Amino acid sequence: MAQSSALPAEQYNFDIVRRFMIVAMVYGVLGMAVGLYIACELAWPFLNFDIPAITFGRLRPVHTSLVIFGFGGSALFATSYYIVQRTCQARLAFPWLAEFTFWGWTAGVALGVLTYMAGFSQGKEYAEFEWPLDIAITLVWVCYILVYVETVRRRSQPHIYVANWFFLAFLLAVALLHIFNNLAVPVSLVKSYSLFAGVQDAMTQWWYGHNAVGFFLTAAFLGMMYYFVPKQAGRPVYSYRLSIIHFWALIFLYMWAGGHHLHWTALPDWVSTLSATFSVLLLMPSWGGMINGIMTLSGAWDKLRSDPIMLFLITSLSFYGMSTFEGPLMSLKSVNALSHYTDWTIGHVHSGALGWVALVSFGSFYHLMPRLYETRMYSQTLIYVHFWLATIGIVLYITSMWIAGIGQGLMLRSFDDYGNLAYTFIETVEFMHTPYIWRALGGAFFVAGALVMVYNMVMTARAARTERAALEAKLAAKLAKA
Amino acid sequence: MFDWLLWFTHMENSKPLALVLFFGAFCGVLIYVFTGKQRAKRLESYKYIPFDDEESRQPEPHDFARGDPRARIETQSRKVMDNER
Repeated sequence: MAQSSALPAEQYNFDIVRRFMIVAMVYGVLGMAVGLYIACELAWPFLNFDIPAITFGRLRPVHTSLVIFGFGGSALFATSYYIVQRTCQARLAFPWLAEFTFWGWTAGVALGVLTYMAGFSQGKEYAEFEWPLDIAITLVWVCYILVYVETVRRRSQPHIYVANWFFLAFLLAVALLHIFNNLAVPVSLVKSYSLFAGVQDAMTQWWYGHNAVGFFLTAAFLGMMYYFVPKQAGRPVYSYRLSIIHFWALIFLYMWAGGHHLHWTALPDWVSTLSATFSVLLLMPSWGGMINGIMTLSGAWDKLRSDPIMLFLITSLSFYGMSTFEGPLMSLKSVNALSHYTDWTIGHVHSGALGWVALVSFGSFYHLMPRLYETRMYSQTLIYVHFWLATIGIVLYITSMWIAGIGQGLMLRSFDDYGNLAYTFIETVEFMHTPYIWRALGGAFFVAGALVMVYNMVMTARAARTERAALEAKLAAKLAKA
Repeated sequence: MFDWLLWFTHMENSKPLALVLFFGAFCGVLIYVFTGKQRAKRLESYKYIPFDDEESRQPEPHDFARGDPRARIETQSRKVMDNER
């Protein structure tokens, strides 16, 4: 146990947490705004304006990289650096290296999206960065691992709290995934060819792609959940033993599920079946974790009426439960035959990304902000406003994508009495126009909510500065009198 | 002499073997976690770690269940301050 007489702000390195949180919000708003714009491009294609840099094809990876790596990644840096210090009661190790991870990560994401807009891409989903940036990111990641592991090693607590287990698994797995999926032969500074070919390349890509979801967007955010839900609820997690089972089952099962992204392709059938089987099995740890998180509120459900931050956290777990039910369902070969290559997949991804990842991050930010700035949130009402804007936005988004995707899938599979396709491709596009407008509206709600959050955070930081200045003036006056 | 090692190189052997090993390991984790009253008590006591560096927390029975020097520390006044509400 750390026996320091210092305040947490002095005992721990909160500066790096603050900075990563600010960058996460900036990248979050930018990435979500780009997402909204490309959703509008799909509904009203004239918005491409025939300018290559802002066409859907180039802006789509800009959107995914900004929200996954810019927003999600920075949020994970911020919360993991906070959690590891608080649960290990040790100051962050190697502050200069932590500083390097901040600048390296922030610059890496910025450079990446600029290169996409210029037309440079590896063409691998969620791994579009070209090779020089891949190497730079690997370097940053290794430094992140060093900082984190050394902080854990210097802990005052004999036991490593479960949130840190999830973060450690995330650090290790992402390093493996990033390195192996990006093995390539460079032919120039901005062009390379994958080391793998054909179906092996596809399999490696989706081993990466699915585990990026599993370890980056799930395991690490579960680490966030295992700290912030109990802290905000003011009560410990429902079952620590369940969290141990949750951890081991989740990290073991996720690694095998990537093949379900390649059903009905050149992938061997047994790999497809194996992936579907593991995907169905994944439901158990996923729901075990969700139940563990939600049941933390057992006996204190009234907090949902009075605490908007709790609303964010518990709703995020509900969306986690929903999307981890939908995922195994879609991994079944028969369901996948309908859902694959349709907008159902896009809806599923966003129920996880917006409902789980973004909401748990927002809840954690609202928890962190008063503690990092030693003040109170500027407005509780605005947190409620954000919550409802975000929730309505997600529901609009998901339902419109269900309608678009399932309708599209059914139309593409319809045959007439003579065995000809019942619908032309353009008829499916016409059918999806209205759901696309609703999807853009849902996105607009979500972006509006994020802007409300940023306003609330800025006002909180300003209030904290004013309070500090007033306190210092008071102290100075007292000292002058003495 | 080492011909028996070839058995592992056949995928139809190594895959089920890997499955048995992983499944066995998982069962081992389950048995470890859910058996033994003292162990259960100790494992469950770890869930209070996020609250350990709070200012106003009073010592609770779980602090003593861990059987480590922290239980003694918990009885002293908290020195690590927090601005949590």
